[in-house]
Amino acid sequence: MIGFLPRGGYAGRSLVLLERSALISRRGWLVFVSGFFEPVFYLIAMGQGLGSLVGTLPGPDGAPISYAAFIAPGLLAASAMNGAVFDSTFNVFFKLKYAKLYDAMLATPLGPVDIALGEIGWALIRGGLYALGFLSVMAGFGLLTSPWALLALPAALIVAFAFAAVGMAATSFMRSWQDFDLVTLAILPMFLFSTTFFPLSVYPPVLQTVVQCLPLYHAVELMRGLTTGAVHVGMLGNLAYFAVMIVLGVAVTSRRLDRLLLR
Amino acid sequence: MAATSTLAPSTGCAPSRVGGVLLVVEHFWIWYRRNWRATAVSSILQPLLFLLAFGVGFGSLVGDSGATGGAPYLVWLAPALLAVSAVQSAAFESTYPVLSGFKWQRVYHAMAAGPITPGQVALGQLSWTTAKITGSGAVYIGIIALFGGVARPTIVLSLLAAALTGAAVASLVTAFAATVESEGAAFNSLFRFVVVPMTLFSGTFFPVDRLPGWVQPIAWISPLWHGTELARDAALGVWRPLAALGHVVVLVGLLALGTALSVRFFRRRLAL
Repeated sequence: MIGFLPRGGYAGRSLVLLERSALISRRGWLVFVSGFFEPVFYLIAMGQGLGSLVGTLPGPDGAPISYAAFIAPGLLAASAMNGAVFDSTFNVFFKLKYAKLYDAMLATPLGPVDIALGEIGWALIRGGLYALGFLSVMAGFGLLTSPWALLALPAALIVAFAFAAVGMAATSFMRSWQDFDLVTLAILPMFLFSTTFFPLSVYPPVLQTVVQCLPLYHAVELMRGLTTGAVHVGMLGNLAYFAVMIVLGVAVTSRRLDRLLLR
Repeated sequence: MAATSTLAPSTGCAPSRVGGVLLVVEHFWIWYRRNWRATAVSSILQPLLFLLAFGVGFGSLVGDSGATGGAPYLVWLAPALLAVSAVQSAAFESTYPVLSGFKWQRVYHAMAAGPITPGQVALGQLSWTTAKITGSGAVYIGIIALFGGVARPTIVLSLLAAALTGAAVASLVTAFAATVESEGAAFNSLFRFVVVPMTLFSGTFFPVDRLPGWVQPIAWISPLWHGTELARDAALGVWRPLAALGHVVVLVGLLALGTALSVRFFRRRLAL
């Protein structure tokens, strides 16, 4: 891993970035807190309303589960993705291009790897809090039926880490706000089609393969398996998908920041 | 001379009451003619994806539960999505672009510096937003037809319902945006706590009576619910004159309120 990273890029001080982000979000607390509500609104509306139209669906192990239990893990995965991508694209782009925040930071004893880790770390803390909140709501509605659900929180963090790392790498290539249409173009179809709202069996075989290539599909698989207790070895494959995303994302981000800001 | 031929020659006349509004609309139209491609994702692709995911994908799971009154789910959902997409683009077009007109680009100040009044600027902005929503809606009906979601030609009336709903929302949000000084949390909260819940709880994806009792009253104050009922009845050919009259009265009332407030706040912010 060290071989990927720019030399002299890490000063071991990424914690100061966390401190800065925490200070800022004390001021914008309403925006911070509101991120928790969106998936909850979706869960109440879709779980109740759409659920009354379809009844039960086959769960990960084939046993029927309620529609609310079906979409809740999907919404958890999607909110981990949305939060991570929003934080690592729009926010980072603004800081990089307009606030010139990273230029200022690099003038201090911080390297590009410190910045990458600090920014991604904050996105993770935020995502972790939202995931914890959402899991509590799920528990309140009686949608957590297995002790494996405890692992859904770390799994959500891994998912968020992967999306944040790749999102930040993508941001480092963006030229203007117009390029953010591409982010929407990647995120929205994934949110709608990665078995979040309906099972894979709805698609014709060719499209099933396409859906199975999407990262969010693997996140939903992980969450749905853990919250319903249908845990199996194949979930290691889902995890491996995110490990690759994390390694690639962190490596590309560090190198690009080094190139953009220090050369 | 060739380079300036797209500009209208100066007439030296002050615009009439309606003429001033039309000049403002023309301003947006000239910008849009050159930049419409940038709006393709939000105005075409987004509604298309929702139609595919819920109408086609989710729709294949919906059995005949009586909730859709016997219509196929796609046909039942399509007019509601038409109204949702009008409301969402109305809300978006009336937040950041309006703040930008006051704060970043200051186009409104430039307009009001000439013989156009602040009220005409407000009405021009609202007319343009409504025209744009109606145009996107017409395109959307074409897409819905491609996927087999159009049951009868009266869906054209649904477009009118969607446009009226969008205009009502646009006028209220524009009035709000005219009072916002910095983007901060205001617009984020508006989307999170008003627009998204309105989309989810207004009977778009399932009948409102499927919600828990305490959530149902949200629908009655939601302009989108009134618009969805109108649009759906029109598209499915259901004729309930009294209900339709009620919905139209609510929407026109909101539109009148929003327009009056917009004119007032534009005047206050531009006249100083």
